[in-house]
Amino acid sequence: MILRDMDRKFGYGAEGNGDGRKRPDIGSERYLQTVARRFLRHHLATVSLVVLAVIVGAAILAPVIAPYDPNDIAGPFAEGPSKAFWLGTDQIGRDMLSRLLYATRVSLLVGVMATLISTVVGVLLGLVAGYFGGAADMVIMRFTDMVMSFPYILLVLVAAAVFKPGMWNIILILGFVDWPGIARLVRGNVLSLRETNFVKGNLVAGMPLRHILFSEILPNTVAPILVYATSVLALSILDEAALSFLGQGVQPPTSSLGNMLNGAQSLTVLTTQPWLWIPPGLLIVVVVMAINFIGDALRDALDPNSGR
Amino acid sequence: MSKYILKRILIAIPVLIGITVIDYSIMCLAGSPLEMLQGPRVSEAAVEAKRIALGLDQPVLVQYFVWLGELLQGNLGYSMKSYQPVSAMIGSHIGPTLLLMGVSLLTSLLLAVPAGIYSAIRQYSKGDYAVVTASFLGSSVPGFFLSLLLIYLFTVKLGWLPSSGMTTLGTEGGAADVAKHMVMPVMVLAFSMAGSNIRYIRSAMLEILQQDYLRTARAKGIGRFLVINKHALRNALVPIITVIGMQIPVLFGGAVIIEQVFSWPGLGLMTMSAISNRDFPVIMGVCLLSAIVVLLANLVTDILYALVDPTIQLE
Repeated sequence: MILRDMDRKFGYGAEGNGDGRKRPDIGSERYLQTVARRFLRHHLATVSLVVLAVIVGAAILAPVIAPYDPNDIAGPFAEGPSKAFWLGTDQIGRDMLSRLLYATRVSLLVGVMATLISTVVGVLLGLVAGYFGGAADMVIMRFTDMVMSFPYILLVLVAAAVFKPGMWNIILILGFVDWPGIARLVRGNVLSLRETNFVKGNLVAGMPLRHILFSEILPNTVAPILVYATSVLALSILDEAALSFLGQGVQPPTSSLGNMLNGAQSLTVLTTQPWLWIPPGLLIVVVVMAINFIGDALRDALDPNSGR
Repeated sequence: MSKYILKRILIAIPVLIGITVIDYSIMCLAGSPLEMLQGPRVSEAAVEAKRIALGLDQPVLVQYFVWLGELLQGNLGYSMKSYQPVSAMIGSHIGPTLLLMGVSLLTSLLLAVPAGIYSAIRQYSKGDYAVVTASFLGSSVPGFFLSLLLIYLFTVKLGWLPSSGMTTLGTEGGAADVAKHMVMPVMVLAFSMAGSNIRYIRSAMLEILQQDYLRTARAKGIGRFLVINKHALRNALVPIITVIGMQIPVLFGGAVIIEQVFSWPGLGLMTMSAISNRDFPVIMGVCLLSAIVVLLANLVTDILYALVDPTIQLE
């Protein structure tokens, strides 16, 4: 324990040192062990990880475990939960449990893809702005300021109105609107990494630019990016839900967690058929909260200065 | 000081110009206003005449500057649906939105500032965990779902609160009536904003509590109450200003959804109906307005920083 902490303190075993890549087994394993140990101290996050794993598993296995086809009329109209239909049926007799499983699949896919896109865009712009500085930095950062000035939801809604709503368009819209935060974060980290000796050493050694950017600087800023990405993932899932709830997101008959709540805008559904809107709503809360707890614990676990 | 403020304003100018460019390009991308005219009963010649009348035969750059010139005179164009001027439409809807946003912001601060400070002072206590967990719940619950739950509880089950509009139809209204209609929308907006605010204020306060000047204050033996309420709170003003600045865009976004759910007759409701009608002059007018408000809010936040924290101007 003490040895491991010493390792960490002096930079051995941590991902940052130059020769860490030559012996990745020992080096990266110890670092990951430290991270795992610190992560598991957060009980809520550990529970969240299990819950999220179950939900993701169910979503991936939806075609196998769903009792009915999500778009088939399988039973009576708008009937409450029963043995045959655990979560009841909707107004046209589709099984709600099956729809919920497929909806989770769609919502998670949208969240993950949108986060991937915005992370890649944000990292690239942040790297360029932070490393090259000067005019490139100014142009990119002013553009970031501009995008950030538009209220996020409004920008997404406008984009959804310009392009036709639908799952892939929503992924692209969310992905290309949500990068400014990551770009700023990466730029800030690159600015300080650029001044470190190991990067300067690489410059003196005449290493190619691509190597310095992607093999030296980027790995050292992975931890904060990862933490930030979890919050982007949570937000993307919330935004997809809001957008689909407003009818501007994933379009029926494809179900998503947001558009399943869309029906609750009508008073009959809201008052007399709570099984139609409470389960998807609760599922959004559980998924987003689990992701937020995991992100919070990751922040602690990956922070080399947290000292625990 | 004045040099810092001037520099900050100079940075904002290109961003402002950029915002108008983005806004105008989205509007162009969205389609030409001539599409509204097209139909079997409209001749080619009439469309052509309208095109020249609207100046659409000019190069895009010229069109942009004409639009910008009109903008500077307060003309945001005309709605494609009602043919009313967009600025007048915004003017008549902005009051309820500002009321809703102002009260929500105030409520969320009244929740978040004491909770965040309490949580920081009692770090790792049971109360701290409860507050932090509640704050995570606040930032994880979709506003529309919370709205539906509240409507289900307070309107459908208990019948205490009205679920839509700003005043009861057929009555005079009055402050008490408006306040009653406002309870649920404000609860939803304040709760979801308080979520992130609590954690922000908590961590800012934790940082402040570790500063040397607080150690000095404690060493003086003036007592816990004075240390926290006199020395720490004053320095916590900076994070509180940050929080207010950060919430302005969130408020605009949240208002769109919440106003839709509660039929609150403000900008958000107007924007949503414009979006479903694809009424782009209205949509982009609202976007432009909110972007400028956000930009100004950021500017004011930065200037307030410099006023509250004199070390900033050294940068």
